[in-house]
Amino acid sequence: MAKSRPRVKVPKKAAKGDIVTIKTLISHKMESGQRKDKKGNVIPRRIINKFDCTLNGKPVFSCDIEPAISANPYVEFSAKVEEAGDFVFTWTDDDGSKYTKKSSIKVS
Amino acid sequence: MAELNRREFIIFATGAAAAAVIATPTVALAEANDSAEQIKKFTGGAKVSDGGIELSMPEIAENGNTVPLSVSIDSPMTDDNHVKSVMVLAEGNPNSGVITFNFTPASGKAEASTRMRLAKTQNVTAVARMSDGSFRQTSALVKVTIGGCGG
Amino acid sequence: MFATITMTRRLAVSALIGLGVAFAASAGSAEETRKSIAAPDGHPLDEIISGYEFRSAATKAVQDDDFQNPAFLWVEKGEENWEEVDGTAGKSCASCHGDASETMAKAGAQYPKWDAKDQNPINLEQRINKCRTKAMGAEAWAWESDELLSMTSFVRHQSRGEPVAVKIDGKMKPVFDYGKKLYYQRNGQLDMSCANCHEDNYGTRIRSDMLSQGQSNGFPTYRLKWQKVGSLHRRFKGCMKQVRATPYKVGSNEFVALELYVNYRGSGLPVETPAVRQ
Repeated sequence: MAKSRPRVKVPKKAAKGDIVTIKTLISHKMESGQRKDKKGNVIPRRIINKFDCTLNGKPVFSCDIEPAISANPYVEFSAKVEEAGDFVFTWTDDDGSKYTKKSSIKVS
Repeated sequence: MAELNRREFIIFATGAAAAAVIATPTVALAEANDSAEQIKKFTGGAKVSDGGIELSMPEIAENGNTVPLSVSIDSPMTDDNHVKSVMVLAEGNPNSGVITFNFTPASGKAEASTRMRLAKTQNVTAVARMSDGSFRQTSALVKVTIGGCGG
Repeated sequence: MFATITMTRRLAVSALIGLGVAFAASAGSAEETRKSIAAPDGHPLDEIISGYEFRSAATKAVQDDDFQNPAFLWVEKGEENWEEVDGTAGKSCASCHGDASETMAKAGAQYPKWDAKDQNPINLEQRINKCRTKAMGAEAWAWESDELLSMTSFVRHQSRGEPVAVKIDGKMKPVFDYGKKLYYQRNGQLDMSCANCHEDNYGTRIRSDMLSQGQSNGFPTYRLKWQKVGSLHRRFKGCMKQVRATPYKVGSNEFVALELYVNYRGSGLPVETPAVRQ
């Protein structure tokens, strides 16, 4: 997949104080830097090296990612929802690009 | 029909002979990478207790490219008592680092899942850093199989 | 010299399968009941089983979750391209075919079909490219390109759950017969046919890999080995390489005929596109 496509699964609403499960996936080859091309040259490493999630700008969860994470990285985690607002998910590529996705949540 | 060159024939014949001779698959667990040093760096040399952290992985991985893993720690995740991070290491991969999950009280639960690559049968270790400065760890042995016809 | 190679080859293959049986016994392989459907009259198998049933619990879990299944990244891309105008005619797929969930509902379960206009069999990839070049004035997509994989996945996904039902009589009979001949033909230095693994040995292991019936109902499929979605013809090529044969080309008469025959072998299985396999 030439351009990285992120997807997220977040509930649209929750009761105050609920802990929700968030699932994330992004298309990315996660080139480990271990492989060689047909000529024997090492194919350079290029991976998503960081993922983070904030709710209304406050950090919820993040991870530091290494080449041992599978292609099209999948990360599932929890978030405690105290207030309505916007989740922002950011994936950082070795080449400096950042991919983001936003998801709003209502609180009853 | 494809022509067999001499090199291919030798490789094939050796493989065929080897397959006929091997009775059980060998499991080499002795080879280690820098995972022990990485743990030391993470903990600053502090004592690491066993248990109090769950690492779920399948017993046998159908394909080493995509092996599911989950970590879970029973913690109230309050400001004074929560899990700060969990570092996952693969002891038999070319590089030991896999992922470090960083939690906050806003995570609600100290639980996370992902999918990882395993180069061969090996131990995967998860080390947790708690907000009170303590550390705990656990390991799981995952068998990685070689596919039938070429992986 | 070749006679000797055949002997060594057959011995090697038996050793590999034998090793697999030994491994399975020692590993305590879980022989759970596999979901199967009855085969129609005259079918070479007694029961028809999807490749899904032969995979580990972890692999099945990825297919069961439409979010976790990475193949949906391709399905989504196909869905976007469906609406995109491309080519000199200024059309998108949607311009002629409207809502794919309606117009493509059975397509994925019925291809390859007979193309009356061009008087030859045509499979889904070829049909998509024919639409692009003839109706849209756009360029054909390369067989294993993300664009074509995405569109084939998206279209066939509209048939998910629909039983595979290909027409094998009339104009398709010679294609079917050719495909059947290819299926049972031994190829390559290992001198093996599709049937040797997928008819004679499904449910047993080759080394530690669990052999399936080699069904096609889940293609295009996300293979853990490929770490991406791949086409059925790519899989055919892989199998041929594994028996050390020179593979036919993607989109060749051979592979289209084989595809028809393999789809027939899976008659009645629900389309699972996009499936997840090892």
